[in-house]
Amino acid sequence: MADNLPSEFDVAVIGTGLPESIIAAACSRSGQRVLHVDSRSYYGGNWASFSFSGLLSWIKEKQEKTEVSEESEDWRKLILETEEAISLSKKDTTIQHVEDVCYISQDSAEDIEEAGALSKLPDLGGSDTNETAQQSGKGCLALDKQLGTKGCEMSPETIASNDRECTPEGEDTEVISERESSYDATSGHSTLETEKTENASTAEVSNLEPKKITYSQIVKEGRRFNIDLVSKVLYSQGLLIDLLIKSNVSRYAEFKNATRILVFREGKVEQVPCSRADVFNSKQLTMIEKRMLMKFLTFCLEYEQHPDEYQDYKDCTFSKYLKSQKLTPNLQHFILHSIAMVSESDSSTTDGLKATKKFLHCLGRYGNTPFLFPLYGQGEISQCFCRMCAVFGGTYCLRHSIQCLVVDKESGRCKAIIDHFGQRISANYFVVEDSYLSEETCTNVCYRQISRAVLITDQSVLKTQSDQQISVLTVPPVEPGQPVVCVIELCSSTMTCMKGTYLVHLTCSSTKTAKEDLEPVIQKLFILNDEKETESENGGGLEKPRVLWAVYFNMRDSAGIDRNSYDSLPPNVYICSGPDCALGNDYAVKQAETIFQEMFPKEEFCPPPPNPEDIVYDGDGTQPEDPGFSISPEPKAEPLPEESSNIENKVTEEHNE
Amino acid sequence: MHGRLKVKTTEEQAEAKRLEREKKLHQYKATTEAIFEKRRLGQLDKEGLELTSQILGANPDFATLWNFRREIFLHLEEEGSPEEMQALCQGELGFLESCLRVNPKSYGTWHHRCWVLERAPQPDWARELELCARFLESDERNFHCWDYRRFVAKRAQVPAEDELRFTDSLITRNFSNYSSWHYRSCLLPQLHPDPQHHGRLTEDVLLRELELVQNAFFTDPNDQSAWLYHRWLLGRADLEPTIHCVYVNREDACLAVAFSQPVRVTPGSHGLILLADEAPLTVEWHTPDGRNRPGVIWLCDLPALALNDHWPQHTFRVIWAPGQCQKECVLFKGRKDCWYRDSVTEEQVFRCELSVEKSTVLQAELESCKELQALEPDNKWCLLTIILLMRALDPLVYERETLRYFEALKATDPMRAAYLDDLRSKFLVENSILKMEYAEARVVDLSHRELTALGHLEHLLLVTHMNLAGNRLQHLPPALAALRCLEVLELDGNEIESLDGLPGLPRLQELSLRRNRLRRPSDLRPLTSCPCLAQLDLAENPLTNLPEAPAELANLLPAVHITLV
Repeated sequence: MADNLPSEFDVAVIGTGLPESIIAAACSRSGQRVLHVDSRSYYGGNWASFSFSGLLSWIKEKQEKTEVSEESEDWRKLILETEEAISLSKKDTTIQHVEDVCYISQDSAEDIEEAGALSKLPDLGGSDTNETAQQSGKGCLALDKQLGTKGCEMSPETIASNDRECTPEGEDTEVISERESSYDATSGHSTLETEKTENASTAEVSNLEPKKITYSQIVKEGRRFNIDLVSKVLYSQGLLIDLLIKSNVSRYAEFKNATRILVFREGKVEQVPCSRADVFNSKQLTMIEKRMLMKFLTFCLEYEQHPDEYQDYKDCTFSKYLKSQKLTPNLQHFILHSIAMVSESDSSTTDGLKATKKFLHCLGRYGNTPFLFPLYGQGEISQCFCRMCAVFGGTYCLRHSIQCLVVDKESGRCKAIIDHFGQRISANYFVVEDSYLSEETCTNVCYRQISRAVLITDQSVLKTQSDQQISVLTVPPVEPGQPVVCVIELCSSTMTCMKGTYLVHLTCSSTKTAKEDLEPVIQKLFILNDEKETESENGGGLEKPRVLWAVYFNMRDSAGIDRNSYDSLPPNVYICSGPDCALGNDYAVKQAETIFQEMFPKEEFCPPPPNPEDIVYDGDGTQPEDPGFSISPEPKAEPLPEESSNIENKVTEEHNE
Repeated sequence: MHGRLKVKTTEEQAEAKRLEREKKLHQYKATTEAIFEKRRLGQLDKEGLELTSQILGANPDFATLWNFRREIFLHLEEEGSPEEMQALCQGELGFLESCLRVNPKSYGTWHHRCWVLERAPQPDWARELELCARFLESDERNFHCWDYRRFVAKRAQVPAEDELRFTDSLITRNFSNYSSWHYRSCLLPQLHPDPQHHGRLTEDVLLRELELVQNAFFTDPNDQSAWLYHRWLLGRADLEPTIHCVYVNREDACLAVAFSQPVRVTPGSHGLILLADEAPLTVEWHTPDGRNRPGVIWLCDLPALALNDHWPQHTFRVIWAPGQCQKECVLFKGRKDCWYRDSVTEEQVFRCELSVEKSTVLQAELESCKELQALEPDNKWCLLTIILLMRALDPLVYERETLRYFEALKATDPMRAAYLDDLRSKFLVENSILKMEYAEARVVDLSHRELTALGHLEHLLLVTHMNLAGNRLQHLPPALAALRCLEVLELDGNEIESLDGLPGLPRLQELSLRRNRLRRPSDLRPLTSCPCLAQLDLAENPLTNLPEAPAELANLLPAVHITLV
């Protein structure tokens, strides 16, 4: 079975995280033969999203610290005298301090199984028994043969999620159907309609008494969850959105605009007015504040043109600069923490202005906040690029470990990889995700850490008429020097959690363990205690949301590492980093583009796919049967709803009547 | 290379596109010709609908074809049953919607939609409202659609409250929306009219709206839609025109009526009625320029009988029927003229843009505008609104401050300097008139005020002396004809180049035009229509350098004593 895999490729990509997937798609698109493998049973590496049970398995795996069975060193025999091997790591060491806590009774949940799950989750430990080998052999399918379906279902896990998409519940079926992607000319409408029906249905529900969610319900509805390991959003004018649109990969994904930006101030969660419409409608700002805020934001949009305005404060912190402006403390707080989202103590005025400008620049493209969230979670994005890669002929293998890189002694270049079957696969270029590198390769690398927490809660941190809000909240540090915590709260219509719950992601750069870093913030925003205590505590006042279940973990931040700090890398081996701590995805996209350009300086990076009418079929059978572009005859450059006016599109004296 | 898609070259693509376009053009032309031929032959059938739909589907702005469709519809309506008509209309509405998607701002398409719905046996108005909502969702400033929505709302008798809520939702989304604000200005007076008819709305609603619109211009002071709505909010209710002055001159045998705003007096109608000594008198009303267009001054010649000196007095009563008002004046024996004049206050004299009834509201508005102005010193809308508010509050008290704001405004908006000069002139004239009215004088001094225009001259019907020296006037307006009593006019030191447009002034005796820019003796021809003119000062005008000037002038104005040096 294993010899199904060709032994020669142009590019071998190891790891299915976002940067690797983008590179794979770009290479495949430009005509390279791509092999894309991952030793895990799921796509995305540390960029993956899990159902609830999937996450539980993941937690278990990470907590177990499985001993890596002594690998047979048979593959060493395959190394010629003129070659040497760089062995790769067998064990993922990027996740630490995993701790899950359940705050609701688990008694009845013992025997509950995730509804619709096809089987118990796969054995994630990398063993080399024949049985597993066969199983993984089956996984080695080039995706272009199964375009009609979801495309990436390699594990029961994803099959289950595919199954989910076929459930006849209105909300789900409407949103999915990727083949009849709504990103054609009518996209704006269909998305809006979807939202309307959702709001209507939720309005009905919200009239009822909020039901208490039990643990068994969470387990039962586990497939409603798509829990991201890394919590990010897309800047609507960011590199990732541009890339998705340009390459037409956007057709494989759907997004929702974050509905509001929140701020935590004086113990209270408030909404930040950030767009022109928000400022106009805001009840919390005085008239004068409205003007001051708008004036400052308008200035930030073109701050480069007015250097004299901030010259004197160039070397100060942004917070000091804000104090010098005619801004009330209220407004200073909004701008610093929720719009610029920079550190109070060590971000310079220029950094702050730049960040503010970026935020504002993104406003209004798709809605009143600058952020988009991918339905079904961040993990979708890397899979979308994998799909693009597969459409253009890329070959995919999950659960496929690579033993080593084979380096030609004379040229110093890497010529092949040897997989866990001992198959030698040659290629010209190799892209390896950082976590696959062995300890020897990384001895001199200094990694930072990201602290993460994921909560399932029963209410939103700021309740409004609609219970379907996607909120981005920044919590400034209690003491200076501590990290800023970014909180993203997702509602059920993002397809990441079951109805009646919210999925809350907390992220900060680590100073201690994730729990030590994040628990203080969680305690401020949520109720962690047992039900009885809190009921007596809160005499019907403003009730905080209750945490039903939580997980904490630290993730290695391998972003920004200089190539030279890795030990003895052949020049044709490129290293991709895992997720970084930032809110957006710019780092991953930039890295992917840089690596692609280094490999293929003359090729365009993810150009738009050709119009199907312009494809010349010469009948030699090398063309994919269905290039997958026949959805809309005239692909639109912008798949998402029309741009509406934003803060920068100042309405000049344009008469429309 | 392996796996690489083969794609047509750009040349091949361009060629394919060119051929495609040529084919389309050919089809378009052929179909258009066929349609015109059918129309010429009067073939009003369904084939005509089919052919026109092919063209209109691609180009909905072809007005003639919509007309042809309407002709066909009218014809089919005569022949077909209501059911058939209903089906036809249904189809047409579907087709129209597809045309609107091609061009959502096509006049022809929206118009045709109205027309079809008027004819449809069972129009589905709810569906139409939904259509409007959808089109406004994609472009909230599409005024075609707003217009259509008003049409639909009227037909469907949608309650004004619902429509108001609709405008609310769109303003919430993007307040820079003239159509939405405008619709509010139509709906609110229906829902909350001011019972006293002073302002436009009841006070609580007014305050609420002011707050809303303040939010808008504090958020974006450069958005003019909000300022225009603000100005509308503070405006006064439209008052009926009334008579504010009647003047009778025995010598001219003429009666003049000055109205508070322009009116039209149709000959032979009974709009304006004159009773002489309580007996109706048939007279012919005309405006000073004889063109009888709507105006503020209307004149009539009086028969000798009505003025004879045998009676101790004559009473003239003028009735303005549409405004249900009447005024009278009494000409005593031996007097050469008489008049009636309204005792005036500024709000009656000037239809100023803003209502003064709610002066506390205005005061508050002025405060917040000044606050905004402090933050936005260069915002012209804010400056202009401050000026208007000050005028509405008290034009005389705020006169100096207003002039200062005018200077600031001119500096920030130099493109409109001339407009602002005229506006400033108008305000200064108003102020002078007010002062004069308070003094009950018939002399008005408007000298040295840098005036560029003259306004409100209808208020000066009784003035005998007017000093306009030392201003920046370039010409004299025809409205000067309102000055029926003017005897002395001083225009020294202006920039007058021509007297074109100067009307005949019946009582003008002395005219001083020293230091102006008159070049040719013939420029003074309009003065021949001033029968009483006796003194004319033309010193320091360019024409005085012409050797032939004295002779020409003497020829032109033989009865006038002319000073040239």
